[in-house]
Amino acid sequence: MPKWFSPTAILCGLMFVVSPVLIARSPDESAMGMVYKIYYYHMPSAWMFLLAPLVCGVSSALFLARGRAEDDRRAWAAAELTVLFGALTLITGPLWARRAWGTWWVWDARLTSSLVGWMIGWAYLILRRYGGPGSDKLAAGVALFGAVNVPFIFISVNYWRTIHPPTTVVPKLPVSMGVPLWFCVTAFLLLFILLMTMRLRLEVARTRLDALYVALDE
Amino acid sequence: MFARTAWLIFRKDLTVEVRSRETIATTLFFAVSAVLVFAFALVKEGRVVADAAAGILWIAIAFSGTLALGRTFERERYTDTLRALMLAPSDRPAIYAGKLAAVLAMILAAEVVLVPLVAFLFDAAFLKRPAMLAGLLVLGTLGFASVGTLFAAMLVRARSRDMLLPVLLYPIVVPVIIAGVQGTAALLQPAFDPAVVRFWLLLLVTFDVVFVVLALWTFEAVMSD
Repeated sequence: MPKWFSPTAILCGLMFVVSPVLIARSPDESAMGMVYKIYYYHMPSAWMFLLAPLVCGVSSALFLARGRAEDDRRAWAAAELTVLFGALTLITGPLWARRAWGTWWVWDARLTSSLVGWMIGWAYLILRRYGGPGSDKLAAGVALFGAVNVPFIFISVNYWRTIHPPTTVVPKLPVSMGVPLWFCVTAFLLLFILLMTMRLRLEVARTRLDALYVALDE
Repeated sequence: MFARTAWLIFRKDLTVEVRSRETIATTLFFAVSAVLVFAFALVKEGRVVADAAAGILWIAIAFSGTLALGRTFERERYTDTLRALMLAPSDRPAIYAGKLAAVLAMILAAEVVLVPLVAFLFDAAFLKRPAMLAGLLVLGTLGFASVGTLFAAMLVRARSRDMLLPVLLYPIVVPVIIAGVQGTAALLQPAFDPAVVRFWLLLLVTFDVVFVVLALWTFEAVMSD
């Protein structure tokens, strides 16, 4: 592991321990009361859920252009993070929606395109798992289409009539709500980087092990 | 050169198809079977659920289109001609364009039968506004086929390709299917609003441009080894 890994992991862990305290101290929202506070975890995980397919798509494009294994590994790790943070987003969202909107799910553009993005992440992983030889390039093709979906998810709330809050909400937040939010965003970003680093290291070790097996056979 | 290669491949695929009629026969039969399943699922006491026709039409297109996609490249693999295509001294994107045109032609041919059938069975006035319906069908099918042709080509050499094609294809083309269904449903509304249909048409154009450009680039990169 790189030198910065352990301190960063400790910092990230501490931030996740402190975050509930900050969230509890933040003021209640005027219309929704306390329910809205799931937002402090929902939005950071949603942002990571947008970041991951972009990392996956860019790495895949680089892999297709240059053919380096490291780009492919990064794409694979990012696809797994897409599925992970997508799951967090799609669990916290309906929990909030049940109390705020009175329903678990609505088929609007934001929710539908998020679900589609999550499913493309799954499709990528299914292909890697069951595609057999040559599926690395194939999966890279899938990842490009997954990345194209991201801007669509992001802008969807601003162009379609929906009950999901638009993207303009964030910059207008008062300081008392902004501080815990950005604190949580930082914690989630650190988690993203840590998981990515660990996953890449695992994949490098696996490649090395495979090479050793081959060398042993020969 | 690009147009000529694409045209030759398009013509070759259509010639093979006209002689065997394999894809169009199986695709159409499957589409009709799918429509019949919906007829039992979505008709209650002799009445069709409102707006069901648009959904039924597009699901039938998506399902049967997947069959056609799998078949065009299965044929190349079976006769081992895909390698010959790839070895030919021509642009890879031109090969993709030719294949896409052939797939598009076959699915559109199936739609020519499918649309009146769904209109008749589900009492839907599709043909009242033929130009807009044709626009939705052509643009929607192009979006579906552009991604489908790319993935079908990529999967030719993969294990369990029959299983993987729908798994990869549907999540990506769901936006196209949604736009198609919504646009077609808007055509059927009693209070018809052309602006709504135009909006979905515009969205389909956007998807088509993005998908075709991305597929042309990816095809070159993925098929080169």
